[in-house]
Amino acid sequence: MKKIFPILSIVTVALLGYALYLALVVAPTDALQGEVYRIIYYHVPSAWTAFLLFFINFVASIRYLTRSKASTENAAKWVAIGIGVVGLVAPFLPPVRRLIPPGMEPSAVATTIVLIPALYFLVGKLFPGDRLDVLAVTSAEVGVVFCTIVLITGPLWARPVWGIWWAPGDIRLTSTLVLWLIYVSYLVLRRFSNSAQTQMLAAALAVFGALDVPLVYLSIWFFRTQHPQPVIGGGGSMDPRMLHVLLFSWLAFLLFGFLVCWSRFRLELLKREVEQAHAMESLAGAEDSEKASLPLSRSSR
Amino acid sequence: MTSFWAVLSATLVKDIRLEWRSKDALNSMLFFSLLVVVIFVFSFDPLAEESRHIVGGLVWVAFLFAAVVALNQTWARELRNQVLDAYRVSPAPANALFLAKSVGNFLFVSVLEALMTPLFIVFYNLHVLGPAWQLIPIALLGTWALVVNGTFFAAMSLRTRNREIMLPLLLFPISIPAVLGMVAGTTAVLTGENSAHFYIVLLLTYDVVFTTASLALFGTILHAE
Repeated sequence: MKKIFPILSIVTVALLGYALYLALVVAPTDALQGEVYRIIYYHVPSAWTAFLLFFINFVASIRYLTRSKASTENAAKWVAIGIGVVGLVAPFLPPVRRLIPPGMEPSAVATTIVLIPALYFLVGKLFPGDRLDVLAVTSAEVGVVFCTIVLITGPLWARPVWGIWWAPGDIRLTSTLVLWLIYVSYLVLRRFSNSAQTQMLAAALAVFGALDVPLVYLSIWFFRTQHPQPVIGGGGSMDPRMLHVLLFSWLAFLLFGFLVCWSRFRLELLKREVEQAHAMESLAGAEDSEKASLPLSRSSR
Repeated sequence: MTSFWAVLSATLVKDIRLEWRSKDALNSMLFFSLLVVVIFVFSFDPLAEESRHIVGGLVWVAFLFAAVVALNQTWARELRNQVLDAYRVSPAPANALFLAKSVGNFLFVSVLEALMTPLFIVFYNLHVLGPAWQLIPIALLGTWALVVNGTFFAAMSLRTRNREIMLPLLLFPISIPAVLGMVAGTTAVLTGENSAHFYIVLLLTYDVVFTTASLALFGTILHAE
C-alpha cells in the first residue's frame, strides 16, 4: 500500500500536467466564447468529482445508519437491488424512453443507474464497520473542496460570457450552492460535536441533505435556466476533440481526488487510533492510581 | 397504539401548560419578531406597490428567526432534571415525543404568525391582489416545514457544543426549498401576478418528505449513544 502511494502521486502529477497542456494548447478554441471557455476543463471535472464524492458520502451514511439493525440493513439492501433492477429495465420501456432527452442513449441511462447499487455494495464491502464513517467524513471534506472550486470558477467564467457573475434563480447554480451549504453545515456539525454520537448525527444529517437536493431542484424548476445543458449526451454539440480533453481532464481530477481522499482517510484512521490509545492509556492510568491511592487513603484515615 | 396517543397528548398538554404559565417562548418570539419588523421598516421605506414584492421575504425571514428562538428552548427544557434521559430509558415510543414537540412548536409559531401578520399589514399598507385564502395553506404548510425540521435539528444540536448557534446552521441550508416556496408563494398571492399552486404543492411535498424522514430517524437520534 505504502509503495503505491508515491507512484500514484507521480502518475497524478503527470496526468494533471498533461491535462493542463491539452486544455491550454491542444484543445481547439471555441467559436463563440474564444479562449475564455478553456476554464471548462477545470470547472466541469471538478463538478463531476464533487457530485461523485457527495454521492459516496450519502451511500456511506445510509450504510452507517442501517448497519445497527439487521432488519433495516436487509431492507436497504433490497431497496438498492430494486433501484438497480428498475433502472436497468425502465429506460428501455417506451413511456420512460420518451422522457429521456434526445441524444441520450437509454443504455447509457441504465448503466448509470446500475452504478448506484454497485457503489452501494462496493462501499459496504470495502469499508466495514466504523470505516464507513471515516469514508463519509473524508468524501464530504474533499467534496466541499471540489465544490468550492466549481463555485469559484463558475462566476469567473460567467462574467465574460454572460456579463454577470451570478445568475440568481438559475437551477444548476442555486442547487450547487445549496449542496455546498448543506455539506459545509455537515462539516460544522462534525466539528462542533465531538461526543460519541457525532457519527450517527452526521449520518442522519447527510440523509436529510440528500433528500433536500431534489427538492431544491424542483423549487427552482419554474425559473428559466441560464446554465447550458449538460454537454455529454445532452445535445452532442461539443467538438469531439474538446470532449476528449474534457474526459481526460476528468480522469486526472478523479485520480487527484482519489489520492487526496486516500491520504485523508489514512490520516483520519490514524487520528482515531491515537485517540483510542490515549483513552485506553488514561483508563489504565486511572485504574493504577486508584490501586496506588487506596492504601494511602486508608492509612491516612 | 393507545400508548402512542397517550404519550403524545400528555407531552403536548404538558408543553402547552408550561408555555401558558411561563409564556417564555411566545414572549421572546413576539418581541424578537417585532424588533425585526421595526428594523425592516426603518431600513426600507417602500411604496405600497413595491412592498408587495418584498414583504413576502421580510415576513418569512422574521418568522424564521423567531421560530429558531422557540425551537432552541423546546428540548433545553427537558434537559433539566434529566427528563430526556428518563424518557430515553422508558419504553415510550420516541416518535410520540417528537410529534408532540413538533405540534407544540407548530401551535406556538402559528400564534406568533397570527399576532404579527396584522402588524405587517399596518406597517406596509398591504392589500392583497391575489386570492387571499391561499395564504392560509401557504402559512400552515410553511410553518410545519420549519417546525418539523427545526424540532429534529434542535434535538440533534442538543449533543453539540454551543448548541444555540448550531440549530440555525443546520436548519437554514436544509430549509432553503421550503423558504423559497413560502416566500415565492406569498409574493405570488400578494401581487396576484402568477399562481401560487405550484408553491403549495412544493411545500406539501417538502412536508411529506421531511416528516417521514424525521419520524424514521428520530429514534436513532434520541437513542444514539
